[in-house]
Amino acid sequence: MNYIFDGSLPGLLTAVFEWFERKPGKIALKSTEMFQPEAFAECLLIESNSDKADRVWKGLQKKLKKDWLRIFYCSYLSEIPDAYNHLFQFTIYIFQNELGAQNNYGNEHVIALAKYAKSVEREKHRMEAFIRFQHTADGIFYTGVDPDFNVLPLISNHFKNRYADQQWIIYDLKRKYGLHYNLTSVEEITIDFTNGVNCKNPSAILLDEKEELYSVLWKDYFKSANIVARKNTKLHIQHVPKRYWKYLTEKQLS
Amino acid sequence: MSFDRIREKLNILADAAKYDVSCSSSGGTRKNDNKGLGDSHSSGICHTYTEDGRCVSLLKILLTNHCIYDCLFCVSRKSNDVKRAAFTVDEVVELTMNFYRRNYIEGLFLSSGIFKNADFTMERLLLVCKKLRLEQNYNGYIHLKTIPGASDELIKEAGLYADRMSINLEMPTEAGLKLLAPEKSHADVIKPLAFVQQNISQFAADKKLIKHIPKFVPAGQSTQMVIGATPESDKDIMYTASSFYKNFALKRVYYSGYVPISNDSRMPVLGTQPPLLRENRLYQTDWLMRFYGFKVQEILNDANPNLDVDIDPKLSWAIRNMQHFPVDINKADYRMILRIPGIGVMSANKIVQARKFGKLRIDQLKKIGVAYNRAKHFITCADSPYQLKDYQGTQIKAFIMADSQSKYLKTDNNQMLLF
Repeated sequence: MNYIFDGSLPGLLTAVFEWFERKPGKIALKSTEMFQPEAFAECLLIESNSDKADRVWKGLQKKLKKDWLRIFYCSYLSEIPDAYNHLFQFTIYIFQNELGAQNNYGNEHVIALAKYAKSVEREKHRMEAFIRFQHTADGIFYTGVDPDFNVLPLISNHFKNRYADQQWIIYDLKRKYGLHYNLTSVEEITIDFTNGVNCKNPSAILLDEKEELYSVLWKDYFKSANIVARKNTKLHIQHVPKRYWKYLTEKQLS
Repeated sequence: MSFDRIREKLNILADAAKYDVSCSSSGGTRKNDNKGLGDSHSSGICHTYTEDGRCVSLLKILLTNHCIYDCLFCVSRKSNDVKRAAFTVDEVVELTMNFYRRNYIEGLFLSSGIFKNADFTMERLLLVCKKLRLEQNYNGYIHLKTIPGASDELIKEAGLYADRMSINLEMPTEAGLKLLAPEKSHADVIKPLAFVQQNISQFAADKKLIKHIPKFVPAGQSTQMVIGATPESDKDIMYTASSFYKNFALKRVYYSGYVPISNDSRMPVLGTQPPLLRENRLYQTDWLMRFYGFKVQEILNDANPNLDVDIDPKLSWAIRNMQHFPVDINKADYRMILRIPGIGVMSANKIVQARKFGKLRIDQLKKIGVAYNRAKHFITCADSPYQLKDYQGTQIKAFIMADSQSKYLKTDNNQMLLF
């Protein structure tokens, strides 16, 4: 049998609630987006319910410490279809066992969550590293990104604490939403890019006059810091995979 | 300041600073509590990597490459015919702030050639730090070179603004240093290292009594040795490193493979490849000492003064000490599990936690992240195949070498000769 949920976190938690209410045995959880009807399997459409979700989340908080709640949340943000099912099974496993069951790395759901969280945290860290702001003429530091996973909620605090005295926007071009820090708080925004605006590289007219100077200086610095005798392209690409080059000022020509 | 002039300066002074390998930005504890710019990230962030694969985390520059010393291993030595330049204090401050604002860097790594004298140089470095911290409300990372011979007052004041301080040992032994830089000695390095260390512990002790105490070099100290310029053995190098870790509570010792920059007959000739593999093995040993509970004497001693080139030091230790193996994954002590080739700190931790829930099997070990093809020669677990034969260390080495490929050995040397 399949449970179908809407892809939201409350939806996922509601599914766990419904499972415990019915105890139907082995169930696979799928999101509406990914679901393909099967000929011989029944399915139940889960309606997201915030009260039920809250109860499950509170229950989880009693079972898991902060570090594992974070692993749970990160796995959810990976948006990988299999991850939803693992999260579902993991939650049931945690509720059905004594405290500390999350340390059983021999369990397939535990190890799967640890793996998803690792990928998501790595992507989060890469965003903290590879984001390059451009200073626009209206004083805002802007960047457009398209991370593999939905990591904006995870990096918001990092950038807020770090760049407390400048306005900035980090825009997720793939998921079509962004974060705007207005010197007091971070808010979620959506921008309608009009045709012709290059959202990754705004044209020079939109940028601050000093922007060009510092991007050139940074490219120069990047070149000077290299030791040619030690060239190691394989290692370089391992650390900075090519899909991130589009963000990096130092990797742009001209 | 003109555009071209600042570009030229940056090129010269970044180029001269690049032989300092340290670029770590970890261990900082500074918080952005004055609504300024910058907040430290405890594990550090590498913002990019150069084409040689080294991390770029800090804006690493010299204040100037004018220098009164003539150390053979250094590009900025007095007798070397290179372009000289010097930044003004404001230029460094502005560069740092603007690079930081664009998320290019984690902070500043400021070093300098010695001009006029040690105190004069140190004063300038201190001035940069003070401007950043006090005028610009900058809370990012600052790694500052301690200038040997500078007065205690200056060094102590600098420690209040810097996150990390470092002085380079340059050569692993006194004899090596005397050969290439007769004007310098290890004692010049030890004195300020010890002085800063004393102050760090003093501040830490005071912190226990008084809550609000300024930070003093919160990310600790580090040092660097040049490898392969003089004929020291790996044992000499690692024993020096080990004693510095112990005596000065250093956070890191860096090993920098010598990149030939001089035609002097006392050093490797220009065009010689830097000893990258050796450098890698030294770092592996360093990690074994710091995170795996190995004593340096176990890895390097009079019988084995140099590290193996073809296999890593952990495997090499295991093969020399087969009496400790095989280790039972389901029973052994954590410290012993750490010593198994193919198992790292993360997997060892997971194993110790997971085995409370039942005996671990091969497939679980693989999922946990153990490099099983390597580890299988040294472990037993719930479903290990029964082994009749007792293999010798050399045989195991041959097995492992046969199914692994080193990035350094381009040609396969396991092929047996027919005749």
